[in-house]
Amino acid sequence: MMSHRSIAKTILLSTLIFLGVSYSNQSAAQDGKALYTANCASCHKIDQKLTGPALMGVEERWGGDRKKLRAWIKNTQAYMKATNDPYAIALYNEYGKSAMNVFEGVIDDKQIDLVLDYIKNWKPTAAPAAGGGAAGEASKAGDSDSTLLYGVLTLVLAIVALALLQINSNLKKLSDEKSGIDSPEPVAFWKNKTYIAIVIIILFVTGGYLTTKGAIDLGRNKDYQPIQPIYYSHKVHAGINQINCLYCHGGAEQGKHANIPSVNVCMNCHKAIQEYKGEKIVDEEGNEINGTGEIKKLYEYAGFNPDKANEWDASKAKPIEWVKIHNLPDHVYFNHSQHVKAGKVQCQTCHGEITKMGEVKQFTDLSMGWCVNCHRETKVQFKENGFYSIYEKFHNELKNGKLDSTKGITVEKIGGTECQKCHY
Amino acid sequence: MEKKHWQSFGELNNSEAFQQSAKDEFREELPFEAADNGFLETKAPRRDFLKYLGFSTAAAAVAASCEVPVKKAIPFANRPEDIVPGVSNYYATTYVQDGDAVSIVAKVRDGRPIKIEGNEMSSITKGGTSARVQASVLDLYDGARLRFPAIDGKEVTFEAMDQAIATVMSGVSNPVLLTSTVNSPSSLAVIQQFLAKYPTGKHVTYDAVSYSGILLANEANYGKKAIPNYKFDNAKVIVSLGADFLGTWISPVEFAKQYSKGKKLSDTNLEMSKHYHFESVASLTGSNADERFLHRPSEIGAVANALLAAVNGGSINISDSKLKAGIEKAAKALLANKGQSLVVAGSNDVNVQIVVNAINEAVQSNGKTIDWSVSNTVRAGIDAEFAALVDAMNAGTVGALMIYGANPVYSWVDASKVKSGLDKVKVKISFSEKADETTQLCKYVIPSHHYLESWGDAEIKTGHYSFIQPTINPLFKTRQWQDNLLKWSGASVDYAVFVKQFWIAKVGSENAWDKLLQDGVNVVAEANAGAAFNSSSVAGAVAKITAYKVSTGTELQLYQKVAIGAGQGASNPWLQEMPDPITRATWDNYLIVSPAMAKTLLGIDLSNNGQADSYEVNPPKKVVSIKANGKTIQLPALIIPGTHPSTVGIAVGYGRDAKVGRAAMEDETKSVGVNVFPLAGIVDGTVSYNVSDITLTATTEKHPVALTQTHNIYDTPQGNRTEVMKELTLAELKHNPKEVLEEREKELAPYGGLANFKEDGSIYKPIDKPGIKWGMSIDLNACNGCGACVVACSAENNVSVVGKSEVLRFHDMAWLRIDRYYSGDVENPKVVFQPLMCQHCDNAPCENVCPVAATNHSSEGLNQMTYNRCIGTRYCANNCPYKVRRFNWADYTGADSFANNQGELNDTIHYMNEDLTRMVLNPDVTVRSRGVIEKCSFCVQRLQEGKLKAKKESRPLKTGENNEWDLKVACQQSCPAEAIVFGNVNDKNSAVSMHRGTNNNRLFYSLEQLHVLPNVSYMAKVRNIESEVHEG
Repeated sequence: MMSHRSIAKTILLSTLIFLGVSYSNQSAAQDGKALYTANCASCHKIDQKLTGPALMGVEERWGGDRKKLRAWIKNTQAYMKATNDPYAIALYNEYGKSAMNVFEGVIDDKQIDLVLDYIKNWKPTAAPAAGGGAAGEASKAGDSDSTLLYGVLTLVLAIVALALLQINSNLKKLSDEKSGIDSPEPVAFWKNKTYIAIVIIILFVTGGYLTTKGAIDLGRNKDYQPIQPIYYSHKVHAGINQINCLYCHGGAEQGKHANIPSVNVCMNCHKAIQEYKGEKIVDEEGNEINGTGEIKKLYEYAGFNPDKANEWDASKAKPIEWVKIHNLPDHVYFNHSQHVKAGKVQCQTCHGEITKMGEVKQFTDLSMGWCVNCHRETKVQFKENGFYSIYEKFHNELKNGKLDSTKGITVEKIGGTECQKCHY
Repeated sequence: MEKKHWQSFGELNNSEAFQQSAKDEFREELPFEAADNGFLETKAPRRDFLKYLGFSTAAAAVAASCEVPVKKAIPFANRPEDIVPGVSNYYATTYVQDGDAVSIVAKVRDGRPIKIEGNEMSSITKGGTSARVQASVLDLYDGARLRFPAIDGKEVTFEAMDQAIATVMSGVSNPVLLTSTVNSPSSLAVIQQFLAKYPTGKHVTYDAVSYSGILLANEANYGKKAIPNYKFDNAKVIVSLGADFLGTWISPVEFAKQYSKGKKLSDTNLEMSKHYHFESVASLTGSNADERFLHRPSEIGAVANALLAAVNGGSINISDSKLKAGIEKAAKALLANKGQSLVVAGSNDVNVQIVVNAINEAVQSNGKTIDWSVSNTVRAGIDAEFAALVDAMNAGTVGALMIYGANPVYSWVDASKVKSGLDKVKVKISFSEKADETTQLCKYVIPSHHYLESWGDAEIKTGHYSFIQPTINPLFKTRQWQDNLLKWSGASVDYAVFVKQFWIAKVGSENAWDKLLQDGVNVVAEANAGAAFNSSSVAGAVAKITAYKVSTGTELQLYQKVAIGAGQGASNPWLQEMPDPITRATWDNYLIVSPAMAKTLLGIDLSNNGQADSYEVNPPKKVVSIKANGKTIQLPALIIPGTHPSTVGIAVGYGRDAKVGRAAMEDETKSVGVNVFPLAGIVDGTVSYNVSDITLTATTEKHPVALTQTHNIYDTPQGNRTEVMKELTLAELKHNPKEVLEEREKELAPYGGLANFKEDGSIYKPIDKPGIKWGMSIDLNACNGCGACVVACSAENNVSVVGKSEVLRFHDMAWLRIDRYYSGDVENPKVVFQPLMCQHCDNAPCENVCPVAATNHSSEGLNQMTYNRCIGTRYCANNCPYKVRRFNWADYTGADSFANNQGELNDTIHYMNEDLTRMVLNPDVTVRSRGVIEKCSFCVQRLQEGKLKAKKESRPLKTGENNEWDLKVACQQSCPAEAIVFGNVNDKNSAVSMHRGTNNNRLFYSLEQLHVLPNVSYMAKVRNIESEVHEG
């Protein structure tokens, strides 16, 4: 007979192994997906033609020869030159002789395999990944619900209290009458000095609170969602088509501005994608947006005529005057690359669920309190980034347990809430 | 080291006025109604105040609740591959102004050049810059630049201009191209091509400040009409006869770099060069000399002769005993260091320069410290050639005159003759960037590009090339002057293509040319032999000098200021506001007189407290009328110790025309200062800047001079400033290497002594700085006070220019100032320069008096200033022992949204606020508004950028280990002498740690005994004087 203990042990062990295996599988798929999103998604879709062909069944089309396929993906031009593969040349011609980016040295064979595995196992039902924002919003919705509940409760209790007070005073009057004590003429409650005082205090407190709050909120524009010259839907681009944020906003890794892409970046894809065929786009007011019409607006700026695509002169393009949404005061220094590249912060952390937004709206109030809170809670890449090796003291304290390693080293701990980290 | 250092005469005498002024930082009342009679009596009593308060709150609320202004974000239509908005690009190019050329790197942010740094790959300047190089970026945005080609002042197109020129130039005889020194090989080729088209044509070179004397002397002695390659770093003994080689002479950035090498010490190396200086008026170089001797300007020949005689073992015929002793000492030192010594002279007299060449030959400098295999090409103008041109113009034989860079109507000794000559020239064409004095007389004006908009090259020394590439599209309708010549000589290519083809022909391929542009510099080793000395002219020169009459009357010496030069800096507000290193004056030209002459001429006896104070405290200075060479001018007089008692000095470069820029004007009608070029004379065919037998008469008028001399005074209990500034002689240091340490020990003894001072000196516990701790170390031995850092700081940190009227009210804003200290004999004192900025004290007295915590300390040791928290109490400035905090008395840079905050500001500030000028602002640094304090931030924007760079590359920060740098602060980067070292003190291998570690015996902190724990350390100044050893 097996003891209970050993059964428990076996179960625990097997569970752990099972979890471990499934986790590693999951992480491989995750890697493939991440690689796909980062490198491929801006030109390819799995089930649809984009700038490049749909990738579903790509391995079958290449006869299941991954070696060939890898060479092709790394450098299409070199592959054609070396092999004169008729299928490759036909494909090249079919897609307007526009060469694919060179991935030699960008991703290695193993990573290509991961991507191919991801494509192979892809199911159309797979919903786009939900960002971290959803949970936040849900909890916020909960917050406002309970506020309402508390408000109603307070009101009801206040009315009950008032009624009870009134009853109390009536009863007192009755008892006084019974015992023959003369009581003064009742005063109407709106003339009762106690009530007046209470009301004034309440008004003063709420008025003061609202004024202060209003004053603090001056110049803050949470949920600012201006109408843009072109109805550009992040949902369609970053959400449904899974184009990597950095494909257009590459500046986020390089400098202080994330940068709005220039017209020629839009045209990289839209030279080929001339019509919108996706699901219906509806704006905030419920009006339907004509996707193809919006692409035409882009062509106006670019000076592009789809009928004479080969004659297009990119240098004649005019810039698009987008309305700036996220405005920081001049005395604040904010650097995207600091957060994205060094801090490895996700775009969604500050910009919300951008993959579900039509026209972008400001997700946070960009207030100093909001910045500082995040700096207090967020951990820096303390062990991963070699820069922090100079903080020997903290490394030692983490090792000997003087510092709580689950809390880690926050931005605040290394001085991230000091004035001159952002104001200079 | 019991030496008394003093900054002002008041301090020297410790007068009452000085003590009073040291007490209060802010001496003026706030611009509000006095409350003496009770608040209800004032113009705005309390009730009004409440009314205003209520109204403005309501108004602000209403205004703010309106729609938020819509801002646009407009991306590029086609983004160039290597431009990322918000990320700076750096382009190697070359600062060129007249003959001067310095290899630089221009920082271009979002298409605008905003900062100049030295190019560290340069074989000549090695990353050094000067104040004028630093300030040149502001000239690009100068509103006074000409904006279009014009005929008779009317705008025309380039085509119309070319047609008009073609018509007038056809059949013209003897066209002359007049330029300042051109050392660009491709431009010289363009000129050759042009002259081939016009065979009767000629190219004349004209330098505003002439170097004809040295050029002609070298031709006589070495057969080369050139300036040799000087090697100050190889010289153990340097004797300068009035050559201001650290400030203005030939190539000061290069020489400062070489000179500082010989002045740097460490605990293990106590060898330093010895510098003797002979001069008449205090100069920057003279102030740095180990020993300095005064002579009359007319005596320079006699001094040279005497030195030659002394090195040849002859007798010295000089009556002044101090001077005679100096010459003897210098000669002895020269002879003891043959082959390791160098003699230079600033005189423009051929004979003096010949004698100097003979001295150098006698002490075997040729081939060692004077290298003739390479020559310096920064000056080439010969006065006689220009004089001949003026004669030809007056004779009517010059058919056309094309002018670039030269401005003889302003700077030639006989401007009226130039003017009358110009009248007789039929075709006058100017390529000047500005409507300068000469250009105004030209019919055809085709403005050239600023150098930051230009293509080109420069051969700064033979074989040492530096390249120019545009960093911005031309702002105005301008055309490079070489393009004009190419067009008119019928060439098919423009200059951009010409210079490219010119270099591809030399280096072989386009890739090689791209590499040249990327590096900005190139050295082609040319196996030139040196030059042999030909002594045939020496005897004649000596004889001629012996025949010179040494004047007995008052003499005038004209000199160049470090910032203004020959007038090129006069229209640059940064340069005008930079305090002159010697006089500490801004925005003015003046007569320099000695304390002795002050007594006789001005009736000011500096040893009399009342008189000294009244001179020093009141900005209006007595105006003196100066009669020289038959001309009379009037200038205010400043008393500057270190001036020969019978000599006065005046700087050239002032008195510019209104059209060169508003900064050159004191008000709408009057220029800053007076042009003194016309006071110079021509002696033996070369321009002489020494004028004998002048007459000085004090007038009753007074003129205010904005001296920063008496600003930022702080009291020191010992009264001799040794706790601020430490200076000792080399002999003392050798005798007792621990002298500075012992003195510090003595100062700190009451607070626990050197060892326990940090812990025991205060009730506060020292706060730990994990990670990074920023620190700076300044070697006072290397610093020569040139002021490059002052301008670099202003450029980097958007420091406001406030103009003369504000400087007069103590409102100057410079974050970094260079304090000038005197010690010793008031007639010929020793001078020390000390750069002083916020010391970022770890126990800062400013921090704990701020009621709103607007200034506080960072975990990296920075004393942070937060402008938006500051409410302007100025308690911090009052409590700062170094007086380095600056208050924005007005909205100097147009930062406020309310326009009327700029009320009574002067013209200069309005000029700096124009949209064009504001393009120079650094977008990473907040533009401060009215009513807040500001101060040195240790260039925190650079620190953050450097740290980010290291983080992105996932590696520790590099601040100087193996000379690898993630960041340098602006003053450090600009310094030609590498006197400022900055970095992470926690890193034991950083440059600043090494600097402090290897100079521990000289290290001190200014005002250390206050226990403010500054993060800026200084290395004591050591003067190479052997004779002054105090035993015991």
